[in-house]
Amino acid sequence: MDIIKVRNLTKRFGKLTAVDNISFSIKKGEMVAFLGPNGAGKTTTIKILTTLLSPTKGMVTVNGFSPTKEQYEVRKAFGIVFQDASLDDDLTAYENMEFHGVFYQVPKKVREERITYLLKFVDLWERKNDLVKQFSGGMKRRLEVARALIHHPKMLFLDEPTIGLDPQTRNHIWQYIQKLNKEEGMTVFLTTHYMDEAEKVADKIAIIDHGKIVKQGTAKELKQTTKTRSLEEAFLKLTGHSIRKEDSSSIDILRSQAKAWGRK
Amino acid sequence: METVYIMWLRQVKKYWRSKPRMIGSLGQPLLFLIALGFGFENIYQKAVGGSYVDFLVPGIIAMSILFTSMFNGIEVIWDRQFGFLKETLVAPVPRYKIMLGRTLGGATAAFLQGIVVLLIAMAIGFRIHNWLLLPVALLFMALTAIFFTALGTALASKLDDMQAFPLIMNFLIMPIFFLSGALFPLDNIPRALEIVVRFDPLTYNVDGIRGALTGTSHVGLGIDFLIMAVLTIIILWIGSYLFSKIEV
Repeated sequence: MDIIKVRNLTKRFGKLTAVDNISFSIKKGEMVAFLGPNGAGKTTTIKILTTLLSPTKGMVTVNGFSPTKEQYEVRKAFGIVFQDASLDDDLTAYENMEFHGVFYQVPKKVREERITYLLKFVDLWERKNDLVKQFSGGMKRRLEVARALIHHPKMLFLDEPTIGLDPQTRNHIWQYIQKLNKEEGMTVFLTTHYMDEAEKVADKIAIIDHGKIVKQGTAKELKQTTKTRSLEEAFLKLTGHSIRKEDSSSIDILRSQAKAWGRK
Repeated sequence: METVYIMWLRQVKKYWRSKPRMIGSLGQPLLFLIALGFGFENIYQKAVGGSYVDFLVPGIIAMSILFTSMFNGIEVIWDRQFGFLKETLVAPVPRYKIMLGRTLGGATAAFLQGIVVLLIAMAIGFRIHNWLLLPVALLFMALTAIFFTALGTALASKLDDMQAFPLIMNFLIMPIFFLSGALFPLDNIPRALEIVVRFDPLTYNVDGIRGALTGTSHVGLGIDFLIMAVLTIIILWIGSYLFSKIEV
């Protein structure tokens, strides 16, 4: 059964075509990685699947529902770790978890159990009553992963989840996600720049560039068709060696302004 | 209900943890109260009769609520900036509930601020005319807080420029405040000014608070309430709609 189906999806921002007529499907229980250079359209695709953006053209279903028309049904079904921060820095780690649990209608008792379990799992239990603004980047990331799992989602979207994490934490987080994937049949859709990670955890890999899916298949297939020895070589062969200029969005500009003004 | 509550709780906690903001936003109303109140007291007594400070206090209460409420909208922009907005927008919760929780949370902070101004005013000599009408005054203060927080939030959901927000807010807040009858009695003012004043929502808030606290109302408490209740419902509805259209 296909839990995610995408047909001829296109998203334009003014003149810029971020996602250009892509089609793919993901089966229930699969772990799929999207690889691509900066600005390739990975995050835009995730935003459309997770109801945050509406597509310009094309058909999308997530868990059998349309992200534009049946947002509530779609939102119930997934958890997400965003590419950039999404915690409330002025709340404590526990409060952030609690907030999420309430928003996803997890009953109080179950909520408390899961929050305790997850905070212990990501080694933040001792810091549960500290404000998130005192946390390091790695701790915030761990908290975000833990938070996305409180409501036991059917699907997990991970947009570059391990960026800025040390190898120990990365390893730890992937082990847990693989466990959920195997034992609970949780579907995982991830994007990453770490080829070794993609190769290690993903059942299927799609390489995306300039808004188009260039190739998809298992890591082995990708290496075979490109006649390369590693996934990294395959990736570079398919997407070229030039460094990408990324059009920064208004939010990015806002964020850099905020930095200049000394917040965070 | 629980989602509205947790959103409300978050806003209140954030406000409570930001002590400089709490203290800072009392400065301006108190400056107005002391400088204008005591500055014009003599002239007002001679020209109009009665105490200007007593006349002014309800206006200053409304002012402090107005300022805090409208600037609550900036929370939406901060949340957008620091990513937390996304977390709320992908949750399986109707957006109007998020908007409602936010608005009530921000309004609670603004309302408490209004009470602090009232207490300070009483400490410097303001007397409540009829204690039985105090709940009515509090009701008008709450309506003021909800209306302007919803307005600020609605505007903020259309803006993603955090430098523009304070500018636009000041551009709106100043005329709303100065053209409301917070500072001057509405009897015998020029016709053109009166028309403008009639279109200013704060007029009815100030008049309601003043009517309940001092016993003198220009428009009448019933009409004040009716207008404010209807406007508040409309702005909550518009705000929910705009909030539900946010994309990040």
